[in-house]
Amino acid sequence: MRAVSVALGAALLIALAAAAFLVWAARPAIAPIEPPSPADFSADLVDKGAQLAAIGDCAGCHTNSDGSPYAGGVALPTPFGSIYGTNITPDPDTGIGSWSRVAFARAMREGIDRRGRHLYPAFPYDHFNKLADGDIDAIYAFLMTREPVRATSPPNRLVFPLNARIVAAAWKLLFLRPARSEPRSDKSDPWNRGAYLVEGLGHCGACHTPRNILGAEEPQKALAGGEQEGWIAPSLDQDSPAPIHWTEESLFAYLRVGSDRLHGVAAGPMTSVVRHLRPALDEDVRAMAVYIASTMGEPAPERRSREEEIFASLPKGGSADAIATAEPAGSAADAAPTGAQIFAATCSGCHTNRSSRPLGGRPLVLQTAVALASPRNLIEIILHGIEPAESEPGEMMPGFADVLTDKQIAELAAYVRSRFSDGPAWSNIEDVVRGIRNGR
Amino acid sequence: MRRRIEPAVTRRHVLVGGGALIVSFALAPSSRLLAQDAGAAGPVPADPPLPGGLKMASNLDAWIRIDKTGAITVFTGKAELGQGIKTALRQVAAEELMVDFEHINLVTADTARTPNEGYTAGSHSMQDSGTAILNATAQVRELLIAAAASRLGVPVAQLSVRNGVVAAADGRSLGYAELASDEALGVTAKARSKLRDPTAYTVIGRSIERVDIPAKVTGGSAYLQDLRLPGMVHARVVRPPAYGARLAALDSGPVAAMPGIVKVVRDGSYLAVIAEQEFQAVAAMASLAAAAEWGGGAKLPSQSEIYPYLQSLPAQDDVILDRRQPMPAAERTLEVEYRRPFQLHGSIGPSCAIAQYADDALTVWTHSQGVFPLRKALAQLVNLAPDKVHCMHVEGSGCYGHNGADDAAADAALIAMAFPGPPVRVQWMREQEHMFEPFGPVMIANVRASLASDGTVVDWQYEVRSNTHSTRPGGAGDLMPSWFLAKPLAPTTPKPIPQPEGGGDRNAIPLYSFPNARVVHHFVPSMPLRVSALRSLGAYMNIFAIESFVDELAAAAGLDPVAFRLAHLDDARARDVVRTAAERFGWSNPAVLPRRHGKGFAFARYKNLAAYAAIAAEVAVEHETGAVRVLRVVAAVDSGQAVNPDGIRNQIEGGIVQSTSWTLHEAVTFEADRITSVDWSGYPILRFPAVPGSIEVHVIDRPGEPYLGTGEAAQGPTAAALANAVADATKTRLRELPLTRQRIKAAIGI
Amino acid sequence: MLTLTVNGRPHRVDADPATPLLYVLRNDLGLNGAKFGCGLGQCGACTVMVDGHAVFACLVPISVLPGRDVMTIEGLGSEEDPSPLQHAFVEEQAAQCGYCIAGMIMRAQALLEHNPSPSEEEIRRHMSPNLCRCGTHMRILRAIKRASQGTRFADADSEKRVVR
Ligand code: FES
Ligand code: FES
Repeated sequence: MRAVSVALGAALLIALAAAAFLVWAARPAIAPIEPPSPADFSADLVDKGAQLAAIGDCAGCHTNSDGSPYAGGVALPTPFGSIYGTNITPDPDTGIGSWSRVAFARAMREGIDRRGRHLYPAFPYDHFNKLADGDIDAIYAFLMTREPVRATSPPNRLVFPLNARIVAAAWKLLFLRPARSEPRSDKSDPWNRGAYLVEGLGHCGACHTPRNILGAEEPQKALAGGEQEGWIAPSLDQDSPAPIHWTEESLFAYLRVGSDRLHGVAAGPMTSVVRHLRPALDEDVRAMAVYIASTMGEPAPERRSREEEIFASLPKGGSADAIATAEPAGSAADAAPTGAQIFAATCSGCHTNRSSRPLGGRPLVLQTAVALASPRNLIEIILHGIEPAESEPGEMMPGFADVLTDKQIAELAAYVRSRFSDGPAWSNIEDVVRGIRNGR
Repeated sequence: MRRRIEPAVTRRHVLVGGGALIVSFALAPSSRLLAQDAGAAGPVPADPPLPGGLKMASNLDAWIRIDKTGAITVFTGKAELGQGIKTALRQVAAEELMVDFEHINLVTADTARTPNEGYTAGSHSMQDSGTAILNATAQVRELLIAAAASRLGVPVAQLSVRNGVVAAADGRSLGYAELASDEALGVTAKARSKLRDPTAYTVIGRSIERVDIPAKVTGGSAYLQDLRLPGMVHARVVRPPAYGARLAALDSGPVAAMPGIVKVVRDGSYLAVIAEQEFQAVAAMASLAAAAEWGGGAKLPSQSEIYPYLQSLPAQDDVILDRRQPMPAAERTLEVEYRRPFQLHGSIGPSCAIAQYADDALTVWTHSQGVFPLRKALAQLVNLAPDKVHCMHVEGSGCYGHNGADDAAADAALIAMAFPGPPVRVQWMREQEHMFEPFGPVMIANVRASLASDGTVVDWQYEVRSNTHSTRPGGAGDLMPSWFLAKPLAPTTPKPIPQPEGGGDRNAIPLYSFPNARVVHHFVPSMPLRVSALRSLGAYMNIFAIESFVDELAAAAGLDPVAFRLAHLDDARARDVVRTAAERFGWSNPAVLPRRHGKGFAFARYKNLAAYAAIAAEVAVEHETGAVRVLRVVAAVDSGQAVNPDGIRNQIEGGIVQSTSWTLHEAVTFEADRITSVDWSGYPILRFPAVPGSIEVHVIDRPGEPYLGTGEAAQGPTAAALANAVADATKTRLRELPLTRQRIKAAIGI
Repeated sequence: MLTLTVNGRPHRVDADPATPLLYVLRNDLGLNGAKFGCGLGQCGACTVMVDGHAVFACLVPISVLPGRDVMTIEGLGSEEDPSPLQHAFVEEQAAQCGYCIAGMIMRAQALLEHNPSPSEEEIRRHMSPNLCRCGTHMRILRAIKRASQGTRFADADSEKRVVR
């Protein structure tokens, strides 16, 4: 009997909790408005919105590569299925034209659309909730003055039960905390600005912070490295795997132009982040660099001496390592003879200092992809290459998915790792190649 | 400039001594030879100039030979650069000789075989060589018919010609092979020829398929790069990282010991390596580059300050037009500045050459535009008598002006002299081509004009500032490799190219009937970056500036740009191309273009003396990014008598696409100590997704009119048509090339 | 010694295994089709097919090719007996200097073998790695469309071969 009453009691409690949750989760629609006229917004506000939208990388999820700006349709692969970025142009029917400023702010902070539906956390409201009111207004002004486009995104393809939006509400209950960014008085203005942008609008942690099993960022491991679309998003804290430590200058260059002399080239999902960041103000980008440089901290003495070694290994003029010919760098070539041959024919043309190649000639000893504990990023790059924006100068590398086998890519990666990094050899590289090819 | 006609009896003729009778035919006053002849009757003027390239070589047998088997070979001093002259010149010869097209063999630029026609440049191939061959073959035909008349004892008027056979009414006939002899053809050309009536043409005017294409689409041997001579070795050069850097230290020992290495060549800062296999040479080149330490080097001006810098350089001023007529009162005046950056030729195949030094003579296979001037410069470079140097043109990758071809030939010559015996093949790497080829120069145009109240232009002041547009050899010092030698040579002092062709001032004189107009060319001798002729030279910039400004004036006057142009154009053929392009484009179609779309128009007659071209374009500009999509382009062109209409279309289409790439995207980039746009990632050009949606070219044929050079006619008008279309789409005027996404976005704002 | 299968025939090749295929095709096998343009994988002048895929011959070492099928433009057809795609390029007179054309044809061939009727946009995207400096693009696009099964060119479209 007692057991029964306990069970009954528990059931009652669960039912009550569920009811409470449903009450909590049920959000009202906010009345539609007539799309505001572009003239309603001051040019300065729209300008500011454009700069902020760049930092928020709105285009990253809401502009399809061959579609109209902000008209949605971008597929965002998650471990739970694909989510499609929505149309955020001011089209009243298919976009956000009928959203009031209040509805927009609610979506940004609470992840609820105008009609009261819960949005999936692929939309990083867990970061945007730190935004200041004025910044939300500016972004609203910017979006509401875009070209309205009639376009409907494909429906999301999520596994059960996540295809029910109520799950998003449950997720919020567990993980979404209201937040405001409070400036720290012991830090400089740029640092505070950077913290606000990196943790809020920039949502860097969305990729660079590890996530728990339910897909929420682990707060105590902020910026400790994560994953996105099959790529490793390296950690942005003291454990940064970059062979040469990042400085404010190098981070600024990387965020501004997509590459830095002493580091790699923005690749994978970071490519579009950097491209979309272009309208942002220099001072904001610099503030982000200041903040991230501080989360990485000063390098330890061992690290510094290792860096000295790397610098010494670079030939004068600083551009790259010496060429690999038929008999290159002893032990590495012995360990992976096929890899060495492929490197000589395939890679050495650009990754050596045979000529002044300001955009090519990336020394591999400086590349994070080679230094990471996992070969994923290097393999992604070998398979798919790096493409500059259409008709613009920029780093360019062809992909080799069509010509090199999994085994050959694994051999090449092993060779590159052993020759250009002193990290331990990677294991199971071929499996990783196969996995990436099969979308894993 | 006029030249005297040489005496009719040639040197060879005097030596041979016979055949005077035949020569006398050549000298006899023209009689009506053929019914279909539309020859220029009437008295021959006392001292008329020879037509076209005949001025350069006046012997008929310099241009045409007929051997005993009847094989007909035509010689041209011009080179095939991808413009299709191998086909067009054959058409001309076949037409006037009245033989099948397939009958004609053609030999192109070769210092040992063909006439010296200088450079193949400036869209002169058809104007010079085409005209020469037209006249030479017509005159040869006349000579052959006359010879037949005398052999058969039949008056010329009773003879007919069909496919190389001259026949009498009674059925007797003689073939060209029987009629031809050294004596028959070894005569000097006349100023006038009995040309065939264009209405009776059977070969000229047809879009005959190009003779070189089948080999090119099947992997036949078509290019210099494809020559594999017996015993040939492979060389690569190592260039300094910057203009003017000197080789400070080098240990070439390890490289000399690499597999297959035959020799490391060093002369001062000139560095090259020879290997048995090509990839061995590439690997050795890379190792040499890694081993070399360089010092010094010229400081380059800052790229962002390049226009003020150009303004600050001393210039030689030349007033090339000063027209003053009474003018109505000016109502308003506009004044603006246009700019154009350094741009690349960027042939898809980097420069290449083969040279062999054997038996005290140097043989050079080259894709130079001028084998004769090159021979002179090479002879000087390697200290040989010119007759010990033989330069042969073999096709290379597309040539759009003075690229690395001559320099590569100099490399091959220098290396071959250092390694006598086998043929030495030098292939430049992509970075070497991008960095060391001479660029199209940076330019500034300042223009001011005034409008009367009725919208007519009453005053036009135009000033263009530019480096030279030709640093072709010239002397050996114009060959870039000579600058690195232990005893470096100095380039020839740059000079402006005089009007009417002009260099920086090419097409600086507007074709419009402005009552008051003054045009000044500020020639800037000192060159911060290496420059020379790039397809259309200054015309690209001047037409961009003039035709952009004409649009600005039309807008200021509130008039339609096409109507505004027509109101200022007297030349009937110019009006025709303008009207044709506008009609075919649907310029006056009242339907409004979609939002963010714009249409633009431009017109020019290349050099004011070659082909007429008018171009209309429609673009769409993406507001959010500033990216331009070229949706469609419609062109009308008048090249005079159209020898091969499809060939003309091909040239114009290509010019439109290339100029679109220049205009929207291209600029050489540089830092204080080096050029940074050293490959296609640093110097992107148009790729397939971005080429125009469609291009239509309408050829206006002018039977019987002289050939007008076409190869460069589209460059300028395309630039202006696009700029005008972008201005129409964005309601903002951009005056600095290229019209990049970033510039457009900056101009249109958020 | 390596054995390469080129255009269906085995070839014994005596070259450093690290040599890029391009040099072996041109110098050892005497095939002219694949061209040197950049050696950097940026221009496509060297494009050939390996197992049906378009690849840059300038960046593929011969060491990875034994057991695989290399196809160059010489393997498609000859002047006397051109392949449909080669024929289409002649019909459209799709060349100016022609230096890029062999690479263009090989890349297009790889497309048509996988997708016999590509759309204009698919063709443009697929052809993007290959550069042409002469601006022959419009004709190249027409030639690929002509050869594809999806498009039949009406005679009206060959107006350009009619006299004026
Ligand atoms: S030569 Fe291979 S891509 Fe340019
Ligand atoms: S036809 Fe000359 S590069 Fe394409």
